[in-house]
Amino acid sequence: MAVATAGRPTALRSRLSRKIQDNLMAYAFMAGGIACFALFSWYPLVRGVILSFQQINFVTDPYWVGTDNFTAIFEDPLFVTAWKNTLVFTGIALVFGFAVPLVLSILINEMRHLKGFFRVAVYLPVMLPPIVGVLLFRYFYDPGFGLFNTVLRGVGLPESQWTQSSSTAMISLVLVSTWANLGGATLMYLAALQSIPGELYEAAELDGASAWRRLRHVTVPQLRFIMLVLLLLQIIATMQVFIEPYQLTGTSNPDTVTVMVLIYRYAFTVNQDFGMAAAMSVLLFVVLAIFSAIYLRVTRDRD
Amino acid sequence: MTITTPIRPLPASPPPAPAPKRRRGVSSGDGLRTLFSETEIGRGKGRVLYWVVLTLVFLLFLTVFIFPLYWMFSSAVKTPEEYAQPDPTFFPQSFVPETYQLAWDRMRIAKFFGNTALYAFGGWLIQLVFQVAVAYALSKLRPIFGRVVLGAMLASLMLPATALLIPAYLTVTDVPIFGWNLLNTPWALWLPAVANAFNIYVLKRFFDQIPNDLLDSAALDGAGRFRVLWSIVLPLSRPVLGVVSIFSIVAIWKDFIWPLLVLQDPETQTLSVALSRLASTSQVPPTQLMAGLAIASVPMIVVFLIFQRSIIGGLAAGSMKG
Repeated sequence: MAVATAGRPTALRSRLSRKIQDNLMAYAFMAGGIACFALFSWYPLVRGVILSFQQINFVTDPYWVGTDNFTAIFEDPLFVTAWKNTLVFTGIALVFGFAVPLVLSILINEMRHLKGFFRVAVYLPVMLPPIVGVLLFRYFYDPGFGLFNTVLRGVGLPESQWTQSSSTAMISLVLVSTWANLGGATLMYLAALQSIPGELYEAAELDGASAWRRLRHVTVPQLRFIMLVLLLLQIIATMQVFIEPYQLTGTSNPDTVTVMVLIYRYAFTVNQDFGMAAAMSVLLFVVLAIFSAIYLRVTRDRD
Repeated sequence: MTITTPIRPLPASPPPAPAPKRRRGVSSGDGLRTLFSETEIGRGKGRVLYWVVLTLVFLLFLTVFIFPLYWMFSSAVKTPEEYAQPDPTFFPQSFVPETYQLAWDRMRIAKFFGNTALYAFGGWLIQLVFQVAVAYALSKLRPIFGRVVLGAMLASLMLPATALLIPAYLTVTDVPIFGWNLLNTPWALWLPAVANAFNIYVLKRFFDQIPNDLLDSAALDGAGRFRVLWSIVLPLSRPVLGVVSIFSIVAIWKDFIWPLLVLQDPETQTLSVALSRLASTSQVPPTQLMAGLAIASVPMIVVFLIFQRSIIGGLAAGSMKG
């Protein structure tokens, strides 16, 4: 037997050794990347879930507390407030953030001039560090010498307290957030609009469809998919709102405390309680995972 | 908070080639049919209406998107007295450009600017090295369990960053196995930034398009795996490396909540976090703060104006394929 296969094992062995060598090489190349994923993505996911059932004091080892963390956050009166505020923020942000980019992109697409300017202008706020937009609007919102009240006075409208009144605080946060973020959605709509085949409009026109009917029966149906995608992405993004309430209304303002602000409060300010913060994060994660799953399903069906 | 990064990676394609410059004019006849036809817009009442709408939209964009930036840059040169007037002045009546100098020195914007630049460029370099290595190995060396590794990395895209914030913070304070405390060090931003599956996916998709024959012939000439990567794959991948670079640098420059948590020592803070902290104290004159905001914005505005084709093109190409 040894004689019969003498030639082949060496070829086999050299191919095998080459394969092993390639694999070793590949994993050497990937070692750094895999380590970073393991340490800062995969491990924290598991750690987060475990932590929500633990208490941690940085002196002794973490110890198990069962569902105490969840009980504690459910009993916190701010828990309901934070979720309600987050939903209100997401809701108002959808009204603005969903409609405005759509309208703007349709307008830009119809323009035969200055298209480049419109595209750059709408995306410029997205490029700025978020803190810039937020602090800029803080000055605009100033009830005393802020620009917005000056304009309202100028046109004879009643002034507003903006972020400093509980009735207008939330909408003020939505305004700055929308200003800073709508560029991305607008450009994505614009790309989708430009891929609508022109024949569809021509055919509709030949059938005598008015511009309004063309918009309703050609443009909107063609955009349906991207509208759904952006709707889901926007819900996921706005539910994680943090910097606007953090900077403009503070982390202890019950009018605008959101889920992320509450997580920050639990861990870093009032309670110094990482267990409660982790429990809240797990809840937020579950809610967001639902929308992520829908998003995945929607985009997968499309492929 | 932005919806510019899709959770699910989108097929990577090189940014579309710049469209040929169109002739200006209402009836440019470039064949791009939209809601309204050229005849509807080019003649009679339609033409008048078009110009009215164009002017209005132009003014709207100018007011909403450009004016706040003008306000930021121009407010900084006003005197504090003029700035605090109940009726703001559109054109600054005083002119104190030294405010920028003051902010740079006295608010120590210089220091925070330097920090942010260090984090952005260091993070960019380290990301590129690790991510290219992973993408190259997955694409061209095709190791066993390669698909599993890629899948596990892509799965992380489904995790909203905020949900991992607390455990990731604790990890950074005491990195398992190594026992490092990365708080207040650049590594706290750099290493987690490497775990960006979106970049790896984009790079891998691009490497996949490079024909293997090309690499094999180089291997026959005696080039090792690393040599092939360095002299063949990377030079061919310039466009995608450019896009990944821009997005990496912009992401670190804009990031807020993560540096807020892991860089609590003021000496190590990023410009964004420092501005947030300074804005909450009352010692800083508001005009200097405006100057600080303007300084924080300039690099991003410059990057955008230079690379707008890649940035807008990448965004559009991504959304098209959904």
